[in-house]
Amino acid sequence: MNSKEDVSLRKYIASLLKKNLREGGRKPFEYRNIKIETDVLSQANGSARVKFGDAEVFVGVKVGLGSPFPDTPNDGVLMVNGELSPLASEDFETGPPSPRSIEVSRVIDRAIRESGTIDTSKLCIEPGEKVWMVFVDVYPLNEDGNLFDAGLLGAIAALKTARMPAFDKKTGKVDYRTLTKEKVPLSEEPVMCTFWKLDGEIFVDATRRENKVADCRLSIGLNKKGNVCAMQKGGEGTFTDTEVFELVKKAQSLSKDLRKHF
Amino acid sequence: MGMKSDKTLIVKGKRLDGRGAEDMRPIKITAGVIKQADGSCEVQFGETKVIAAVYGPKKVLPRRYEESTRAYLKVYYFMAAFATSERNRPGPSRRSTEISKVIKESLANAVDLDKYPQTEISVYIEVTNANAGTRTAAINAASVALVDAGIEMRDIVTSVAAGKVEGQVILDLMQDEDNFGQADLPVAILPRTNEISLIQMDGDMTPDEVKKAFGMCIKACQKIAKLQREAIVNKYKQEGGNNDE
Amino acid sequence: MANEKIHVKDREIVIPGDVLAEGMSYIPSGKAIREDKNIISVSLGLTSIKGHVVKVIPLAGRYIPKRGDAVIGKITGSAKFGWMTNIRCPFDADLPIAEASHSYLDTNRYPMSKFFAVGDFIFANVTEVSNRRFVRLSARNRPYRKLHDGIVIEVSPTKIPRIIGKQGSMIKMLKESSGCDILVGQNGLVWIKNDDPEKQMIMVNAIKLIETDSHKTGLTEKVAKLLKGGK
Repeated sequence: MNSKEDVSLRKYIASLLKKNLREGGRKPFEYRNIKIETDVLSQANGSARVKFGDAEVFVGVKVGLGSPFPDTPNDGVLMVNGELSPLASEDFETGPPSPRSIEVSRVIDRAIRESGTIDTSKLCIEPGEKVWMVFVDVYPLNEDGNLFDAGLLGAIAALKTARMPAFDKKTGKVDYRTLTKEKVPLSEEPVMCTFWKLDGEIFVDATRRENKVADCRLSIGLNKKGNVCAMQKGGEGTFTDTEVFELVKKAQSLSKDLRKHF
Repeated sequence: MGMKSDKTLIVKGKRLDGRGAEDMRPIKITAGVIKQADGSCEVQFGETKVIAAVYGPKKVLPRRYEESTRAYLKVYYFMAAFATSERNRPGPSRRSTEISKVIKESLANAVDLDKYPQTEISVYIEVTNANAGTRTAAINAASVALVDAGIEMRDIVTSVAAGKVEGQVILDLMQDEDNFGQADLPVAILPRTNEISLIQMDGDMTPDEVKKAFGMCIKACQKIAKLQREAIVNKYKQEGGNNDE
Repeated sequence: MANEKIHVKDREIVIPGDVLAEGMSYIPSGKAIREDKNIISVSLGLTSIKGHVVKVIPLAGRYIPKRGDAVIGKITGSAKFGWMTNIRCPFDADLPIAEASHSYLDTNRYPMSKFFAVGDFIFANVTEVSNRRFVRLSARNRPYRKLHDGIVIEVSPTKIPRIIGKQGSMIKMLKESSGCDILVGQNGLVWIKNDDPEKQMIMVNAIKLIETDSHKTGLTEKVAKLLKGGK
């Protein structure tokens, strides 16, 4: 964010925003065209392919057997992982996860976890011994900004279609290749609205170019009721408290439209 | 390979999904699926799905891989976490590292690397759904992605596997046939000249069966090559309608 | 001449390995080569057939610098000799102090960034490409110069001829109908300048349209319509 080398791009995008305009003809608070396809992968328990304009994200849900954490012996395990694969952008590299991919993983994870999306107590098979582990893996396929909103929307869409694998109680074995009709137990559907700020102007759903030159961003996760379940500020710029309160309200109304895509 | 199956894999000459010995699964090839990349392609063989992206020619990273007289071809084959029946830990494994190497070697001969000295051409492949034949699908996708990126090549590269199940040589194995069959033999060719650029095999085959398997693969590759070509042409048709001035 | 055969028509899409013609009377050009008796394509491209000359014009590919090219570059840093630039190719391109401007730049008296700062764009001429790694630029003589303000966008270098048009017809129309200053680099960078950001945006859209629709019929009309609609 705020790349010093892109002075002219920054100036140009700022000058458009001052006129209530953006590249591609959008208004500041307008999302790109959103498309969601679900159940696109046969090996995954649930999957979704989400498009925000040219930005594209794959999400796969896998359910497996594992042991619970010692401090929560009666709860199953939820793991969210963002893989910024080098397929999606020349900026992504091979090797260990970058700080950026860890941030994406953790922010999406918090929104899902803290909103109580998955009732982990229902994922317990044998307290202290055996529980279900739900893995949500988010893979950008074409990087064009707004990974947070697209990633979480895809994660929830994939979870909503996810079904549990067949489990033989007698032998304690899982047949990963047979999915039952039983769904992954969901009790919430959080969505996220991320706002970017550039030269005092605020807008949503930044493209890769806009994200590159913005001063900062604020992601706000909201549950079905419209309460805030996760926030994350990124970038070196700052927000005022009034801006934050206004953006929470703005996020409440925008999130209603995002939910229509489920 | 070699595991015992509780079901018969071939009944009256028909395979589990109704195919005959020399039939491939339904194939779908789409070029230009990743806008950020210089070239890209998605390939499906039945339930097996892979996506390839090409970036370059660009600066070599890290610098020590730079070659003074030709391009450094970097190839990574990844398996997505959700692509296999049990979750697969993301990141390289011994398996993916070996597959990346043989894919690179199968492509390198067709790509005119001498044309781009001191540069890097990166090929990244992600398997999004695995049901056997991922490396052969990967080669088909990578090859179309290289063409889509405008990289100079003397030919495309086309790949498929043959194998042996219940004593019969069959083409394009799916998961059950791979797991419970007697042999698997992936092959890649340069379809204009039929030069073979990938050979791997594990299992048990007589010399005659090996010969038969190669024959099947080469014949099938000629069909796949036509689909690869169509994928590229279709991309430009969609983008462009027709080519008049 | 019994075995002379041509397998493609004019303006057909071909891919590497396609056999375009058989026989010694055909002459390869562009991205076509001879292999024994055959003419084959080595690139994704469009055929152009004139008599017995079989040419393949590439449809994709990154920029590889050639001496004499006019390019747009971005300043990425400075050193004793001058400035480092990025011309969107696999190699760094150097702009020596003596080649940076038609006037004398007193770099002993002023900091280097007074003349060119990181992020500034230049329109320059490729004066040297040695051993492929070493690229040298010059912005001494007009029209080469530092680009003040404006916006630089990226397009596929293979689409640059379409943006310029036959005898410069397209670029002329773009400039005249919008009042924008436009410079086109052979490395696939296009500089657009207008004081009205909206006019700049419309021009960005017009150039993106030329890039994506360069094979379609009626391109010129479509571009003209877009420019008019935006006024």
